[in-house]
Amino acid sequence: MSAVRISLEDVRHVAKLARLSLDEQEIETMRKQLDSILDYMASLEQLDLAAVEPTFYSVAMQAPLRTDVIQPSLRRDEALRAAPMEKAGAFAVPKVMDGEG
Amino acid sequence: MARTYEPVIGLEVHAQLLTRSKMFCGCSTEFGAPPNTHVCPVCLGLPGALPVPNGGAVEMAIRAALALGCTVRNRSRFARKNYFYPDLAKNYQISQYELPLNEHGRLEIEVDGVKRRVGIVRIHLEEDAAKNLHPVGAGGDTLVDFNRGGTPLMEIVSDPDMRSAAEAEEYLRKLREILMFAGVNDGNLEEGSFRCDANVSLRPTGQKQLGTRVELKNINSFRFVRKAIEYEVMRQQSVLDSGGIVEQETRAWNVEQSRSFTMRSKEEAMDYRYFPDPDLPELVVSDEMIARARAQLAELPAEKRARYRSALGLTEYDASVLTSHPAISSYFESCTNELLKACEKPLSPQQAGKRCANFIQSEVMRYLKTEGLGLQVPVTASRLAELIAIVEIGAISGKMAKEVFAQMAATGKAAKKVVEQKGLSQISDASVIDGEVERLIQAHPEQVEQYRSGNKKVLGFFVGQVMKATKGSANPKMVNEALRKYLEG
Repeated sequence: MSAVRISLEDVRHVAKLARLSLDEQEIETMRKQLDSILDYMASLEQLDLAAVEPTFYSVAMQAPLRTDVIQPSLRRDEALRAAPMEKAGAFAVPKVMDGEG
Repeated sequence: MARTYEPVIGLEVHAQLLTRSKMFCGCSTEFGAPPNTHVCPVCLGLPGALPVPNGGAVEMAIRAALALGCTVRNRSRFARKNYFYPDLAKNYQISQYELPLNEHGRLEIEVDGVKRRVGIVRIHLEEDAAKNLHPVGAGGDTLVDFNRGGTPLMEIVSDPDMRSAAEAEEYLRKLREILMFAGVNDGNLEEGSFRCDANVSLRPTGQKQLGTRVELKNINSFRFVRKAIEYEVMRQQSVLDSGGIVEQETRAWNVEQSRSFTMRSKEEAMDYRYFPDPDLPELVVSDEMIARARAQLAELPAEKRARYRSALGLTEYDASVLTSHPAISSYFESCTNELLKACEKPLSPQQAGKRCANFIQSEVMRYLKTEGLGLQVPVTASRLAELIAIVEIGAISGKMAKEVFAQMAATGKAAKKVVEQKGLSQISDASVIDGEVERLIQAHPEQVEQYRSGNKKVLGFFVGQVMKATKGSANPKMVNEALRKYLEG
């Protein structure tokens, strides 16, 4: 019905970033669905919204601030209970190298 | 002829805020606790757990921003920075992207007499990631300790305003100092509470447009910052000189080899897909909160140095040593105030300041260094003032004071007690000193003749003889006076 907004390449890229493994059929399905979402949103372009502030939050409130006080933490065995692998009081994962962040 | 290039450097600093609890939960931020003992559903990223911002962290970030001349936003926004790595349980870090808390600051630096104003683009709040450990006994696995995860950080981003490695180092030193004096960061590079990434590019001298920049990650000492940047400038220069193109990439510094290596190329560059965190409503900061932070902002090091020089008459060097750490300057200030109050002989603020500055810079700092005490002075400022006061009234000599100080530090006793017990009191009895002087003058007629015929240097010989005879315990000022009286009279 309108111009293609999302390419197959876009879908592959986003899937890779999100660690999703999609086959060719799924990639095409996703492309169509994402495209139609953007099509739907495009209907907003018909309105003059120059004077309307963008909505970033679905609730109109401000972040409540906490006082800087220490609260009890979890017991370590409790914290590690659901870990797939645990060693020396830590979450163990397959070896990774350099840091991030 | 090889072209000349101008290095362009911008820095990103991650500074840990000195809060008791984490950024979005009440877990303790204590360093060095056993792994995973300061964790909860929020900082472990368990489903359904919701973050609540730490008001103390917000206040500290505002204080830092004001110290750096930033504008504080009344309304700012938390965002998710998405990436997959085991140090990040939620697979995103809560940070700020659009609308950071603070913007548009500056920091003045001076290197080799050249002043430069470095712009600060933004100071935003975020949470730290967990710590990945690679211990030998873990069978090749990586172990993740979430104690650090969720610790409040400020990310301080500078403009690309620096032009040499020396300027970058100076900027970092100044910044660290300001954050420490603002009471928001402990300045500890070894424990990672002050970390730095550098963006470095070269451009032909005179060109306006910036060259391709390379990011240097996680350099953890001032010395390495300088080395890493100098290395990078040389590396890029040789690439350009040989007709090559500098690739945009992220490099890591290797301390052992004193060289950097590629961590990530441009193709592998992260795509963080920032978006506003739906778990966190807008961060609203009232004008009252900003005013409160401003009121709590202590005197900054540059202001202290100026005051030490103008009000206490200290040299530039003394003033800078005494403001190298907030603990030292506050020790110096209370010692000076106590001395002014405690000394029986009235002293001017300049005299008191100079006496305390000298003693702290020599004896106190030497003692801390040889005993490996860091900044934990074992003698309180008021007790040190008592010791300096005793020297001032002539009860003991300056030389004895060193010994007394060491004793005070070792035993925890007050100055007067140490002096009494060691029988260190200085000979200030005029009759004893006069007797000694008289004896010497009779024993050395030749030197007396020399003095009287104009060779005033001989005075030193007599002073030395009196000191020798009294084992250094005669009051030097009284000895000088007595000698002059007998020699000239």
